[in-house]
Amino acid sequence: MPNVDAAYYLILAAMLFSIGAFGLLVRRNPLVMFMCVELMLNAVNLTFVAFSRDLNDVGGQVNVFFVLVVAAAEVVVGLAIIVAVMRHRPGATADDLSVLRG
Amino acid sequence: MEFVVFVIAAIMVLAGAVGVVASRHPVHSALSLVGTLFSVAVLFVLQEAHLLAAVQVIVYTGAIVVLFLFVIMLLGVDEAEELDIEPIAGQRPIAIGLAAASAVLAIVVFAVTTDGATGARSATAELLPEQVKPNINQIAEVLFTDYVFAFELTALLLTIAVVGAVALSRKAGGDFEPAPESVLAKTQRETAEAEQAILDEVAAKVAAQDAAKQAATNEATEEAADA
Amino acid sequence: MVELVWLIPAFPLLGFLVLLVAGRKLGEPGAGIFATLMMGGSFLSAVAVFVGLVDRNENDRFYELTLFEWIPSGDFSVDVGFLADPLAITMTLFITGIATLIHLYSIGYMHGDANFYKFFLYLILFAFSMLMLVLGNNLLLTFLGWEGVGTCSYLLISFWFTDEANASAGKKAFVTNRVGDFGFMIAMFLAFFTFGSINYGEMLSGAPGMAVGTATAITLLLFVGAAGKSAQFPLYLWLPDAMAGPTPVSALIHAATMVTSGIYLLTRVNPIIAQADGWAPDIIMWVGLFTALFAASIAVAQKDIKKVLAFSTVSQLGFMFVAVGSGVYVAAIFHMITHAFFKALLFLGAGSVIHGMHDEQDMRRYGALYKVMPVTAFTFIIGWLAIAGVPPFAGFWSKDEILLGAYNENKVAWVLLLLAAVMTAFYMSRLVFMTFFGKARWDAEIDGEVPEHEIHPHESPKTMLLPLVVLAGLAAAGGAMNLPFTHSLKRLEIWLEPSLFGNEQHINVAAGTKWGLAIIAIVGALSGVAGAAWIYLKHKAPASLVEKPIMESGWGYDTAVSNFMGGPGRKGFDAAAWFDKTIIDGVVNGAGSVVKGSGTLLAKLQTGYVRSSAVGIAGGAVALVVYFLARTSF
Repeated sequence: MPNVDAAYYLILAAMLFSIGAFGLLVRRNPLVMFMCVELMLNAVNLTFVAFSRDLNDVGGQVNVFFVLVVAAAEVVVGLAIIVAVMRHRPGATADDLSVLRG
Repeated sequence: MEFVVFVIAAIMVLAGAVGVVASRHPVHSALSLVGTLFSVAVLFVLQEAHLLAAVQVIVYTGAIVVLFLFVIMLLGVDEAEELDIEPIAGQRPIAIGLAAASAVLAIVVFAVTTDGATGARSATAELLPEQVKPNINQIAEVLFTDYVFAFELTALLLTIAVVGAVALSRKAGGDFEPAPESVLAKTQRETAEAEQAILDEVAAKVAAQDAAKQAATNEATEEAADA
Repeated sequence: MVELVWLIPAFPLLGFLVLLVAGRKLGEPGAGIFATLMMGGSFLSAVAVFVGLVDRNENDRFYELTLFEWIPSGDFSVDVGFLADPLAITMTLFITGIATLIHLYSIGYMHGDANFYKFFLYLILFAFSMLMLVLGNNLLLTFLGWEGVGTCSYLLISFWFTDEANASAGKKAFVTNRVGDFGFMIAMFLAFFTFGSINYGEMLSGAPGMAVGTATAITLLLFVGAAGKSAQFPLYLWLPDAMAGPTPVSALIHAATMVTSGIYLLTRVNPIIAQADGWAPDIIMWVGLFTALFAASIAVAQKDIKKVLAFSTVSQLGFMFVAVGSGVYVAAIFHMITHAFFKALLFLGAGSVIHGMHDEQDMRRYGALYKVMPVTAFTFIIGWLAIAGVPPFAGFWSKDEILLGAYNENKVAWVLLLLAAVMTAFYMSRLVFMTFFGKARWDAEIDGEVPEHEIHPHESPKTMLLPLVVLAGLAAAGGAMNLPFTHSLKRLEIWLEPSLFGNEQHINVAAGTKWGLAIIAIVGALSGVAGAAWIYLKHKAPASLVEKPIMESGWGYDTAVSNFMGGPGRKGFDAAAWFDKTIIDGVVNGAGSVVKGSGTLLAKLQTGYVRSSAVGIAGGAVALVVYFLARTSF
């Protein structure tokens, strides 16, 4: 039996997720916002692994694998977008991209 | 023993996360992110998910964060962000509330409910302890049999991502009109202008007083000269 | 042969459709001849159906032909079908017969009019509507015909609409009819509510079992509709003004057919009237009586020949309602038929006179016309004797039946009705003496004006005289339908029995009293004629003795209604219009502006900031989790 109960990992993941969410909503620099997204994804990965061990199911870890891959692809495309935007407006923050105003 | 390692890794995870969110400089945020990711890898090892720990370090820490740093340096978005002002009204309190709510809810769901959180187990896969079969073998077996379809799709996904990135970052031809002023710059400029206006006013008053004094002095001199 | 009942309205409908498409091409007189032929075909079909009904056994004379289902709507099902029973066929016979004659007459009368074919278009559409009214086997088809005749009446009254007075008269007729139609509609709803169907067969067989209150309500509401259509007080206002239409229209619609539809309706639903409270038929009788007297008094003082005949029609319709109210339905139908004959004759004769006098309608410019228009005068005199109630002409027999019914019901009513009959004889004699006898006053000065041209009155063409002769023959001999001497001679009563379901009032009067009443009636009629001769033929007394201005103006009723509608009535209409515009439209528009306002408010959410959207996503996610958490068990 594992020494550390799965609950601890889950609580830790929850806190990590909330910090990432807070950062996403508050920070304006697009790159820092992206890093907060990475924080949230890592929290999810941690949850998966904890449950995988708790329920004796390897499927959880396979899922983390895929999350990792997709996160990588997402970062690639997201950074390309940021590059494309920042070229036109150097020094822009997330608040400046507000063309879809109602 | 395991518990001590867990506590240390947990502290480092949270410290890194706070560092990401609270750092003024994006490079500092990136370095804090490295710390978090590495600590998460340690936690993976602690849970006997060895392959994932390795992949985490190699892919996440070694590639993605490096990519972040490349972009930061390339674009020069390394100016310190002003964390004090918040253009959108009420954003900070709402954000704090939502984050706290999500944490509390997650903990409640995981820790308290009996049948709300977990889903069904997959039909065949079982996680055997490390001694019986190495973790990497287990994952590989399942990955290339049950999940092979998804595996192939991720390969496709990566290809598409690369193509997309190349397409997005090409330079389009022609000149662009000057970019509109950024919100931050606008706020700063307005503040500066207001200050400048006050300064000008004061200067004008002083100049007027000086002029008056000068005129009075001239008059006195003239009178004295006349007299 | 009874199956041919559908042909009766089919002929006028076909005529209408053909005239609608090709009327202008047919032109004059083709359109008129075609219309007359179509009506003639309808008349022959009516005769065929009549023969078919006669052939049948007495108890089997209710023939219903259903063409198709018109309104299948859940519990409410209305068919298009025809009910050929003695009552309907009787009415159909004289409607189609007189309509054919009037179509023939109109060919001559409307000669030279620019809208010749349109006249026949409307006239034949009217005939179709009237036949649907009479032959329909349910209340809704009757109502369809009811509205159709009202519309055609409007179209035909304002036929020469370029003159605003004619257009107003048409509108007045239509609007006043609508007031009555309101009562009809409510009665229809009540009938459906009570019987679950508005088919006559089901209504009339279910009538003996219905609640007295409902029967009373339906009776009174149908009477309101009938009062509107048959020009009883207080809805008679439109009929005198309707004289603005061409005279054949007045003859057909406002003498013989449309105005009788009210009587037909009440006779049709006689089981319901029998089931109603006793005071409901009493109201019908007294209103009819009052109208008869009222209109007769106005007719005495009228100067326009057509107005006299119009008020006479109102008065005679009052007689018919007295008969319905007294329960002697046979007398009402009998008088309706004879009245159709002689009133149509009188109107057509008046039209002939007007035509001959070059559109002069004021009787003060008539006189000594019998020398110039002998046929017209002769036929007119027969009609005059019929309406005055002089035996052996038709009017005497039918009027006497009504007087008998009134006597059986209420002696006071009988006295008043007798007075109305005397006045009828008086004013009709006045009309005849002023028009055909005495000195020729063709260029008399009226209100300081003299006729512009030389007046050379002449007789009318043959197409106009033929119907006059036919109608005169009918007016003379029509009494033979229902002679009161022995039971077997009361052919109309025997014939109509199946339609009356035994609701015909039994007359409890001794034979000797009947003879006495008849003699009193004859004496009254002759004294009316003598009185008119005294004043207008012998000139022994001035006309102003009887021609009081207040009677001429209709006892001020018309002006009172106009003042009411213009004054307080207008305030009411304005208030209703204000309510509609401000409150009802306001609610509808308000709904729109509320949506618009909330949309503008909600648009403020669209700031365009990415982080605001992120807040939205996060908030939504939290809400979802809370929702599912609330549903799980702990």
